[in-house]
Amino acid sequence: MTPVADKSQNPVPIKERMKLPRQRMPEQAAQLRAANFKEVNLGYPEEFARREALRCLECAKPTCIRDCPVGVKVKEFVQLIVAGDFMAAAAKIREDNVLPAITGRVCPQEDHCEGGCLMGKKVQPLGVGYLERFVADYEQQHMDQLAIHKAPSTGKKVAIVGSGPSGLTAAGDLVQKGHQVHVFEALHELGGVLVYGIPEFRLPKKIIREQIDYMRNMGVEFETNVVVGKTVTINELMEEEGYDAVFIGTGAGLPVFMGIPGEHLNGVYSANEFLTRINLMHAYEFPGYDEPILNFRDKDVAVIGGGNTALDAIRSALRLGARKAYVIYRRSDAEMPARKEEVKHAREEGIEFRVLTNPTEFLSDGKGWLTAVRCMKMELGEPDASGRRRPVPIAGSEFDLPLSVAVMAIGTSANPLIQSTTPGLQTNKRNYIEADSNSQRTSRKGVFAGGDIVTGSATVILAMGAGRRAAKSIHEYLTTGIW
Amino acid sequence: MFKILHAEFIASGIKRFVIEAPRIARKQKPGQFLILRVHDRGERIPLTIEKSDPRRGTINIVVQSIGKTTHLLNSLESGDGILDIVGPLGKPSEIEKFGTVVVIGGGVGTAMAYPTAAALKSAGNRIISIVGARTKGLVILENEMREVSDQLTVTTDDGSYAKKGLVSDELLQLINAKTPIDLVLSVGPIPMMRAIADITRKHGIRTIVSLNPIMIDGTGMCGGCRVLVDGKSEFACVDGPEFDASRIDFDVLVQRNSMYRAAERRSMEDFEHEREAMLQSIHRAQVAYHGGRA
Repeated sequence: MTPVADKSQNPVPIKERMKLPRQRMPEQAAQLRAANFKEVNLGYPEEFARREALRCLECAKPTCIRDCPVGVKVKEFVQLIVAGDFMAAAAKIREDNVLPAITGRVCPQEDHCEGGCLMGKKVQPLGVGYLERFVADYEQQHMDQLAIHKAPSTGKKVAIVGSGPSGLTAAGDLVQKGHQVHVFEALHELGGVLVYGIPEFRLPKKIIREQIDYMRNMGVEFETNVVVGKTVTINELMEEEGYDAVFIGTGAGLPVFMGIPGEHLNGVYSANEFLTRINLMHAYEFPGYDEPILNFRDKDVAVIGGGNTALDAIRSALRLGARKAYVIYRRSDAEMPARKEEVKHAREEGIEFRVLTNPTEFLSDGKGWLTAVRCMKMELGEPDASGRRRPVPIAGSEFDLPLSVAVMAIGTSANPLIQSTTPGLQTNKRNYIEADSNSQRTSRKGVFAGGDIVTGSATVILAMGAGRRAAKSIHEYLTTGIW
Repeated sequence: MFKILHAEFIASGIKRFVIEAPRIARKQKPGQFLILRVHDRGERIPLTIEKSDPRRGTINIVVQSIGKTTHLLNSLESGDGILDIVGPLGKPSEIEKFGTVVVIGGGVGTAMAYPTAAALKSAGNRIISIVGARTKGLVILENEMREVSDQLTVTTDDGSYAKKGLVSDELLQLINAKTPIDLVLSVGPIPMMRAIADITRKHGIRTIVSLNPIMIDGTGMCGGCRVLVDGKSEFACVDGPEFDASRIDFDVLVQRNSMYRAAERRSMEDFEHEREAMLQSIHRAQVAYHGGRA
């Protein structure tokens, strides 16, 4: 454990702290970045981090920690930044979060730590995400002799299915407890959605590789090209390969389409396919890489949906050279689920938001290629099951928007590969795996699950939270033998 | 890295590989496919598994040089490695006793029809096989197919070998001769599968086709391989690759497979110039890989 100063080392009186401005995140200029795939945010220089850390009010009951799905000790790590001990700050974060360089970049902080920050009620909240990223990047640059704390071997073997955020988190926690951890990944690269879903400009692949190398150094074993449910079943892992417990973190499933005419046209992509081509397969570097993507140069492109995936897709399309890039979203700005910073960045880059608009049909040139999307204007009616006001079509409001490419980013449904090959594994009516929301236990002894395969599409940090809870109860199960 | 134990051309531009892949070999069933990536800047392509040997931990694939990736693959030899292989993917063929099954293999599709034909034969079906190719040099697996068939006809479009004509003509003859047919399995180029489907639909004969649309992950995640089945999208990678032919919209299949024609041509042109350099870089990577492992 890293010692925390009993007394605050922050020289700024509490009352003065609210007057300090939030340090701006340096970023690539909008016009420049709209034409490249390099990271948008450049990271705090040390100066900025020190100044931002001084703003923390050091609340007696920190709501930032309460609102973090993995319980990062925000107050303590920020104080360590104030004290100038960045490595200790990193170690403090790592007690609760094994992927700080990733969450520092992609977490929706406004929904968690920064959303809970007291300062946010009057002025801008503390830049917790920016500080977390600073500390994680600092650690990466200075970790030559980083000591890895690991408990003695327990002799127990755990299989982790999926190398996305929930799997990596569970793997990192379990290996530290002394268990032998083996991660199976279906794709040829590790990282799951972090690699195939989130673009380079938001989360560079280098960062993910560094985090995975870190885990490899801790002793986590990785095996790519294994589709659990096909290449090997959960039963085989437990009965033939000797795993004492399995964690299923296979993530988001099959892309959902709207079921409107024309979705099969050339030019209509699912966001998963579009982003996988770009991120995993590097299609934006074609022909240097072999996987192709349609030509976007001077084409008009729209994404359907208003989440982070939608914004990742349309901002990628812009970077591929699109002339017009639209977000078509059926509710209003206020309901848009995407991270606020992404919406801001997208607007700056010139993305046009067509809210309260819903596609009804994709139109073709008669030869199978997309030429336009027919839309209806919507208005908000009574709240629906999600608590958000239901969008209702306005009669007679149809219009056509010319398009060469449309990307569907309206969500996913459960991938059935594991459920259908694991007898006794209970699923809910939408075919997601049933797991206890606290222990992440499934109906099968020794089998745990978490992340999108349990909850449906959510965020990186929520998946990490599930991975963390699973690791805790897997450890309990393996040490006590009690199910 | 997956080691190639054996590689030989079995017809003009068609090569068979025996590859060390114990996990896949243990699980593969007829009708299933794999996805591979040859090098670290390569694309992922689906290929049907011809057969496997679980005891030796090997799988066989039969590859026709068509685009850049298959040309590159077919430049590899025994002792070389393939960077990534994942499988077995897709649903296995439905194997039961149907009665009389007509198995139609067109071109390299014969390699995909073969394992299912063998399994159907073992299940007690009467197998009438029709193996077709454009020309003599492209006829493959004739002997293997003969072994699992009660009756075999080979056709070539140009008449350079065996019977001149199309596999669909041969099927029509069987139908006209009042041969009782309980099921048709048809695997080959899309125009062939469509022609067969048009015939059997008229005669109410249940027909299975194995589709090979553009695919990336092969686990249902990307949705790129969607085919229009009775007007609804289904994913060839998880719902297929075999489908009831009468329910398939072949127009959409052809249209979607043409999506990257321009890029594919470009890749192929580049490859003509890069072949030697690419092979050298693959060999270097293999040496580094095996060196690192030793």
